[in-house]
Parts: sequence; structure tokens; C-alpha cells
Amino acid sequence: MAYSKELLDHYEKPRNVGSFDKNEVGIGTGLVGAPACGDVMKLQLKINKQGIIEDAKFKTFGCGSAIASSSLVTEWVKGKTIDEARQIKNMDIAKHLSLPPVKIHCSVLAEDAIKSAIADYKTKLAKINEDGTENSDPAKAAG
Amino acid sequence: MKLPIYLDYQSTTPMDPKVLDAMMPYFVEKHGNPHSRSHSFGWDAEEGVEIARKQIADVIRANPKEIIFTSGATESNNLAIKGVAHFYKSEGKNHIITVSTEHKCVLDTCRHLNQDGFEITYLPVDEKGIINLEELERAIKKNTVLVSVMMVNNEIGVIQPMKEIGDICKKHNIFFHTDAAQGYGKIPIDVNEMNIDLMSISSHKIYGPKGVGALFIRRKPNRVRIEPLINGGGQERGLRSGTLPTPLIVGFGKAAEICKDVMEIEYARIKKLSDLFYKEIVESIPDVYLNGHKEKRWPGNLNLSFAYIEGESLILAIKDLAVSSGSACTSASLEPSYVLRALGVDVELAHTSIRFGFGRFTTEEEVDYAIKVIKKSIDKLRAMSPLWEMVQDGIDLKSIKWADH
Repeated sequence: MAYSKELLDHYEKPRNVGSFDKNEVGIGTGLVGAPACGDVMKLQLKINKQGIIEDAKFKTFGCGSAIASSSLVTEWVKGKTIDEARQIKNMDIAKHLSLPPVKIHCSVLAEDAIKSAIADYKTKLAKINEDGTENSDPAKAAG
Repeated sequence: MKLPIYLDYQSTTPMDPKVLDAMMPYFVEKHGNPHSRSHSFGWDAEEGVEIARKQIADVIRANPKEIIFTSGATESNNLAIKGVAHFYKSEGKNHIITVSTEHKCVLDTCRHLNQDGFEITYLPVDEKGIINLEELERAIKKNTVLVSVMMVNNEIGVIQPMKEIGDICKKHNIFFHTDAAQGYGKIPIDVNEMNIDLMSISSHKIYGPKGVGALFIRRKPNRVRIEPLINGGGQERGLRSGTLPTPLIVGFGKAAEICKDVMEIEYARIKKLSDLFYKEIVESIPDVYLNGHKEKRWPGNLNLSFAYIEGESLILAIKDLAVSSGSACTSASLEPSYVLRALGVDVELAHTSIRFGFGRFTTEEEVDYAIKVIKKSIDKLRAMSPLWEMVQDGIDLKSIKWADH
């Protein structure tokens, strides 16, 4: 399959590969896809108390398009607020990487990964609040 | 060493330069129609065709009269299966037995016959890709006319028990057809010893030109009758009309002759390369699995599953190696290989499979290079794989509830 230069660049030099400790406060982990479908994405966001995504890491099992899509979103989400990150649409990813039509689902998965990571962060935060901590400051809650 | 390295010999093969040399005179100088009887142009072309017919027959110990030329193995498979089915239909014989791991052109031909009212039995294979002979015998019925089982599987390289299948067919007086596109010229074949009645052969899988193939149709002791697919001027004894492509046939014949001459040496050489590759990859990389029987195989085909790495991403990573994948992501359908699924390979693992093909022009230097590139890429991709990470953390992937998408 003929892939675009942008896609191959992300595939060959993937940005932000790795993992954060998922138990750490401020880390939201999204795990989407299924091995049986041929792609699984793990996206982790490091979110500060202002709700800004400071850092992001990914690991992906999948085709070149899936790897490139996840690599791209780790770059895009950095510096964005949670709400801004949630605005990232799969078609923007697909357009940027010029994904062929049969690979559009890879960009959908990347969008899902962002939403899933944010949801995980929020669930964790709510749980910490429920546990009787005084405020929603994740840094303090950690102690 | 030139890059990229061709490791996709099941898909097609480069032409042997000696084949091209043999073909050259038949394009311009000896351009005649082999069916022209009235001048030397025709006679020269006919001579070239008949020499080729003998060269092709000799490889499988057949009579040249039992070989007819087609456009390739796909046409030969269509002609053999539809041809027999339609010819014997009036005798009430309308049942065909084949196997779930056959090439698409056999399965699709059977599907069409099924739509036309024929009954088809698809035999399953075991986890090594081999059919069960007792199951075959049990599937035979009064109205069975044909058993079609491929010799060497194109995706995984396993060899079906030809002689045993031939014996069963003979015992029950049923025709035995085999798609031998991947086996012809590579492993010893004797159509009489194996009781084969019809055999499909392809030129471009044996270092010959593309666009030509042959069908072996037994004449003695029991002649197989078939109904032609293509009607016209009655060439090839009325079984396949149309002017024969003389240069292609001459090349095909030369390719067959070379295969026969070098078969023993080439088998040993390719086996050595394949063993070296297998040993280096499987012993140095964890969680790599060979698909298909380990011994009952053509060694020039190694289909490996690299767990936790998706096939297409590996193909991209080893871009200096030209290989094929059983992974869904390289195909338009997004479904992983039906052959691997028939073996009971998990969908997860089917997504991670790559076929490595070795052939006449593969060198040890190329294999060494391939091993190095693969090892490096596996390291890189596994470091990037969330599944690999989870397994290293002791998580059972089957215990996770994955959301299907």
C-alpha cells in the first residue's frame, strides 16, 4: 500500500513511545481496540492540576496506520486542555496522514483512545474526591 | 547484495535468464501460428510447442499428449473442476470433494458449481494443515465424481498426502485432481504412482513466463473426459480453443526442463537456507510460531506468526524484504487469512503472520541479512506493543474484555 510521507515519518520515527505508571495520579490511560481485530492502542496522558495535558505516551499493536495515528495524537494533545483534546476528530488525523479509506478505522481508534484516556483520568479523580480528600487537586490527593 | 530482497517466491518467481533466451527467437523470427500447417513458420512454431509439451510432461512422468496449455493455474483449475463436473453431470454424478484451505480459484469455482446445483464437500484440515484420510473416505458418496486437493499449499507450504489420496480415489473409482502450482518442478511427482487424473500447473511459479499454464489430463488407463470452457477453433484437441502463445509455451517448457535438472540440488540448497532461517529466528526470538506441519512441507515456504506484532507493521519495518502477510491489514477485506483460520490459528495470531518464500535466486547472504533485519524490527515493534508489555507484566490477554470494533 502506498503511504504518505507524513504517515511513514510517524511510523519510522514514532514520537512518545512508552508508558507512565498508570497508578500515578494525573495519569489517564486509554486502552482501545482488540487483538482479534488487529489493533490495540494504549494512550496515556499526563494531566496537570490546571487540566492541561503536559505529556503523552503510547504503545500500539497494529498496522502502520494505527501506529502513525497514535504517534500523531501524542504530539497533538500535548499542551492542550482536556476539552481541547476532546475536540480532536478522527477525520483530522486521517486527513493529516492521508490515510487510505480502508485505514480510516485507525484514526477512529486514535480518537477513541484520547476520549478513553480522559475518561479514565476523570474516573480516577472522582474516586480520589469520593475517598474524602479535601479538594480536587490531584497533586495533593496523591499524598 | 541488492536491496530489496525478494522473499515472495510463492507469489511469483523471476524468470530464469535461460528461459528468456529460449523464448527470444519465437517473438519475431519464428513468429508463426503453431496451428498453421501450410508453411515453415507454422511448422517451426509447432515444433517449439511440442518440445515444450514433452519437457513439461517429463517432470511428472506423463505422456505429452496428456498435457494441454492454458493461461495459467487458475484457468487449469477452472477447466479441470468445471470440465469434469459438467461432463459427468448427465450420469448423475454431481458431488465434488475439496478442502477448506484450497486456493481461492478452486474454492470460488466450487462455489459457482454449488450455485448451479452441484453438491460440494469442504474437508477440514488438522492444526498442521493436513487433511484426514479417513474423513476423505467417509465423505465419498455414490454420486461423487471428483476429489480436488492441492499438492503444496500456497500460504503455508504444507504437502498433502498425494499418493494416499490417489489410492482412495482409485479404490472408489473417482477422479483425482490436484492444484500443483506450488509443487510442480520443486518436489518429485509421478502422476501414475500417485494416481493423479488431473493436475494444474503454472509457468510463472517455476521461473517461466507469466500468462501460461497447463492441465494434465489422464488418457490411460482410464481416460478423463472434460467439457471445454472455451470454444472455438478446436485447438488442444478441442479442450481449449485459441491460438497457443508459442513464446510463452517455449519458455514454460524450458523452465520445466531446468526444474527437472536441478530439482534435487535446489531442494537441498533451499532446505538448508530455510533451516538456517528458521533456527535463527525461532531460537533467538520468543513467541514465534510456525504455521503448518513442520516436516510435511515445501521448505521454501515458512509462514511464521510473531505474537504481539501486527503483520503489516512488521512488513513496513522490514521494508528491504519483499514478503507477504496473512494479516488482514494488507488485504482489502480486513479479514485475516482463511487458511490460517482453517488450521485453528487464533485470529490474534493470524494477524501477526508473515510468509517468507525462498527460491532459486535466494542466497545465504540474503538470508543472513533478512535474519538481522527481522530481529531488529521485532525488538522495535515489541517495545512499542501494548500487548507485549502486558504479557511481560504477567497479564493474561484472554482475561481482558476487549471491545470489538
